[in-house]
Amino acid sequence: MTRDLAADPRAAWRTAVALSGLAALAAALLLGIRVGAVPVSSLDIWNVFVAPAGDEVYQIIYNIRVPRVIVGALTGINLALAGCILQGVLRNPLADPGIIGVSAGAGLAAMAVMILWPGYTALVPAAAFAGALVAAAIVFLLSWDRGVQPLRLILAGVALAAFFGGGMSALMVFHSDKVQGTVNWLAGGFQGRSWAHVQMIVPYSLAGILAAILSCRYLNALQLGEEVAKGLGIRVERVRFFLVALAALLAASAVSVAGLLGFVGLIVPHITRMLVGSDFEYLMPCAAVLGAALVVAADTVARAAFSPVEVPVGIFMAFLGAPFFIYLLRKGVRR
Amino acid sequence: MNHTIEARAVKLGYGGKVVVPKIDLRVDKPEVISIIGPNGSGKSTLLKALSRLLAPVGGSVLLDGKDIHRLPPREVAKVMAILPQTVQAPGDMTVCDLVAHGRMPYKRMFEQLADADRDCIGAALEATGMQGLQHRRLDSLSGGERQRAWLAMALAQQPRLLLLDEPTTYLDIHHQLEFMKLVRKFHQDMQLTVIMVLHDLNHAARFSQRIIAVKDGLVFADGSVREIFTAENLRALYGVETTVMTIEQGGSSHLVCFPHDCCLPCGA
Repeated sequence: MTRDLAADPRAAWRTAVALSGLAALAAALLLGIRVGAVPVSSLDIWNVFVAPAGDEVYQIIYNIRVPRVIVGALTGINLALAGCILQGVLRNPLADPGIIGVSAGAGLAAMAVMILWPGYTALVPAAAFAGALVAAAIVFLLSWDRGVQPLRLILAGVALAAFFGGGMSALMVFHSDKVQGTVNWLAGGFQGRSWAHVQMIVPYSLAGILAAILSCRYLNALQLGEEVAKGLGIRVERVRFFLVALAALLAASAVSVAGLLGFVGLIVPHITRMLVGSDFEYLMPCAAVLGAALVVAADTVARAAFSPVEVPVGIFMAFLGAPFFIYLLRKGVRR
Repeated sequence: MNHTIEARAVKLGYGGKVVVPKIDLRVDKPEVISIIGPNGSGKSTLLKALSRLLAPVGGSVLLDGKDIHRLPPREVAKVMAILPQTVQAPGDMTVCDLVAHGRMPYKRMFEQLADADRDCIGAALEATGMQGLQHRRLDSLSGGERQRAWLAMALAQQPRLLLLDEPTTYLDIHHQLEFMKLVRKFHQDMQLTVIMVLHDLNHAARFSQRIIAVKDGLVFADGSVREIFTAENLRALYGVETTVMTIEQGGSSHLVCFPHDCCLPCGA
């Protein structure tokens, strides 16, 4: 006999959120390709994929706009997933990819390349990626005590961010004449992103999505506390290590192509949790979709609103982030 | 099959500070066992060691003769369920989702819940009287209901050993009694071995068959309730003068104690 566990009343709502998110992402992608200095129609976009003409419109769409929205979408996915994972593992609602030192490491490394070796700006993404991973590894080592300890990790992350931030300030002060070129990167943005950037981030996005599917069960159990998770037969230290490393890779690949794009990894998991609840099985896919939609939409608005001036999307996100925090403040943070 | 759990010369501590210098004990038949002792005596630490949440500094904890820390964690979780003293879960998690976690030890990475798992979850909800509340959010439950939901999760593991750390501490007397009766029912119906840390001595005397009294990190006394639950032992353990007597209620009798004054514990 199968005992009847009545259907979950939240199922319909969750499906609705997921479908709306997908629709929003599709709309953002379409809009992101259409909007720009040279307006293109949906028919033009259709033709690029069905009957490539090789003309100017094709060049704009295929080599400029499409890779840009794809990089934006993948960045959104990676940052949102990294944020979800870190908030789950560290059991801290303020955890974001910055907390494991990724932003500080990427920032310092990228800035050093841009200022000290300006001839090698092509290496900036690689340097940012390496810097992010080195910083995350240092935070890891500092927080290690028979496994990654969440509180130690947060403190180590803050300490390392302060230290690397000092390094960035020092670079700026001693090379104030060369700071100009770095500002845009630090603010985070997608200007001039190409298929090469897509190739840089796509393996990590795919791996991240796969790992996220595998790990949602463990993240759910970790939410019940370390002791309960252990009682359920989970190797807590091992799982935590793996998940934080995964978050570091996701975030590092995102900052390497997008620069220091803040707030996405913090806000998107929060908003998604408000919409679908804290069950990671729904939280992670929805956050990925919403993260992609948000970044693509924000980037489109940021470059179209003040045209011909392009506002880096990071600045735009910061202006979205601050009111969001005030909202959280008033509503009261709940895990 | 009866499972045995055994502590052999177990030495326990946190970060260099030894809390339990040496404890030996053996549990080899389905009984309800209460661990009692004053604050700081090491009773919760002992339970943590038995439930493999705390690795011993010396000695070993054996489950069916094998070192519990070397057994695959999921295999242990199929035999032993634990309910820590303080638990937390996201407020929006439903009772049903919480209880479903009890099936984790039985699932491989990609494996979804099967009908057998749903049966088991349904049975656990029913046994704890939670089936009517299965879709309620945890933050909408009373303390007693929430504790029953956690108990249901432990039951869904289909354990043979159930380890509870002060399970009734935050409950009022109605829900304390309700919880203890549930635990006794599980023991009787399913032949579960229950090992729990209790603060309420009268619950320990009434609902268990065996009492392990812990003091200063050592087993002070271990035996049946009749043997252990005496005014002398309680004085030595807690430094309290008590009157221990038998009361008869509804055809059954059990020991109770009435504390009336503080005194020096013997040997202090």
